[in-house]
Amino acid sequence: MRDVSIIGIGQTPVGEHWDTGLRQLAYHALRDAMIDAGVERVDALYVGNMLSGEISAQAHLGALIADFAGMRGIEAVKIEAACASGAAAVRQGLIGVASGMQDVVAVVGVEKMTDNIGSKVTAGLAEAADADYETVHGISFVGLNALVMRRYMYEYGLKHEDFAAFSVNAHANGAKNPNAMFRSPITEKTFLNAGMVADPISLFDASPMCDGAAAVILCPTELAKQFTDNSVRIAASTIATDSVAIHDRKNPIWLQAAEDSARQAYKLSGYKPEDMDFFELHDAFTIMSALSLEACGFAEPGQGTRLAKEGEITLGGKIPISTMGGLKSRGHPVGATGVYQIVESVLQLRGDAGENQIPNARVGMAQNIGGSGATIVTHILERNE
Amino acid sequence: MTIEIARHWRLKSQRYGLVGEECPVCGGKIFPPRDVCPHCAEEAGPAYQFSGKGEVYSHTTIFNAPEGFEDQVPYTVALVKLEEGPMITAQLTDVDTDDVEIGMPVEMVTRKLSQQGDEGLIVYGYKFRPQLATAA
Ligand SMILES: [Zn+2]
Repeated sequence: MRDVSIIGIGQTPVGEHWDTGLRQLAYHALRDAMIDAGVERVDALYVGNMLSGEISAQAHLGALIADFAGMRGIEAVKIEAACASGAAAVRQGLIGVASGMQDVVAVVGVEKMTDNIGSKVTAGLAEAADADYETVHGISFVGLNALVMRRYMYEYGLKHEDFAAFSVNAHANGAKNPNAMFRSPITEKTFLNAGMVADPISLFDASPMCDGAAAVILCPTELAKQFTDNSVRIAASTIATDSVAIHDRKNPIWLQAAEDSARQAYKLSGYKPEDMDFFELHDAFTIMSALSLEACGFAEPGQGTRLAKEGEITLGGKIPISTMGGLKSRGHPVGATGVYQIVESVLQLRGDAGENQIPNARVGMAQNIGGSGATIVTHILERNE
Repeated sequence: MTIEIARHWRLKSQRYGLVGEECPVCGGKIFPPRDVCPHCAEEAGPAYQFSGKGEVYSHTTIFNAPEGFEDQVPYTVALVKLEEGPMITAQLTDVDTDDVEIGMPVEMVTRKLSQQGDEGLIVYGYKFRPQLATAA
């Protein structure tokens, strides 16, 4: 197997792009990534996307986007794993390059959520859950996370305000990211006064619906120097799965697939949690931040919110998370999110994260969660010296 | 629409009667029924009638409903731990949202789950209500 590195990145601002369609968004991110890498053609294109069929009545994104981006003829497919589609697509690209079947590969994650009405999008997101045994009972995707959060609060004796620090940190970082959807910091008071969406999850626990696209270009590490001096090596790429339905899990307040994929990523890379300079976790909801920190070895079970309250998740803390705003403030364009996390990790490792730069960041982790934890993709990235 | 009807009809014994399975190998009680036992990965076994009694493991109130459920808002959905072991997702009914608590004993009833439009397909299935106090 060949070692794989990232030689180019691109992203559109996240938000409501009323005048830009799905294919344009994808093209803009792809174009920027190819310019950044200095490549004019790629051997294959992998598209991460969840909801194009439900929201835009458009399937077949591989061929569609390859053609629209001026690459008609190349190998191109869409990869779908609910909200983990983006990182799953990156892993497919890595497999293509590592196997030796492809040399230069483009991966783009794209989601266009504002082309349909709210209840239709809510129903689409719920397709990440078990249709016959969860969704049929009227549970929304937010509702599923609320079930997990309430039980977690009950078991560990926590209050809603204990989760505020996650939201405050994400917004503080997003405020300084020009591509973030929300550019204003919030206070704990804003968090506490927000309206309820699905009790106990309120507006500031949850990430917003939005549009966006992000892209990366991959090639064998041994060829990376030909393209750029600031390439980033993929030290590990892993996927683990769990039951789709929360009620089928052994412990509904533990992300087993996060533990499994992280454990394997640590083993493959030789790194440990304490080696990470940052952790781009999947903060679709504040509860997911707590569970991710615990499952990946950064906090003991039930201690995730304490880590946040003690300031250890901020840019200057022990394990900075959501360094460019995370899903909460940068936004969560579902199938694009996993690629945004990797693009942002590359910015940190290149030293290009602007006001949000973690001094001398050398190695970091990105983790993308599909559904309420059924597919979890972990990447460990490091600077090529 | 025809396909939708078949999809719900196929699941009627579990939806209306809470009929699951008992694994012939490890003895585990399984709901919903599957082809493979989630405990021991052997082929799952004969039908098993669940009692319909359990307790609330967690719950939430839905204010922003998915398509098809808008007219029910607000409603309560719970994770219910059945007394035989498995956990299931279901709506709670015949109870005030504010009175729902973790650990509350509940029992299964059959109710309308959703309706697609005024003359659309009506889906029936299990919901749970507080267990009625039984005379000792
Ligand atoms: Zn068994």
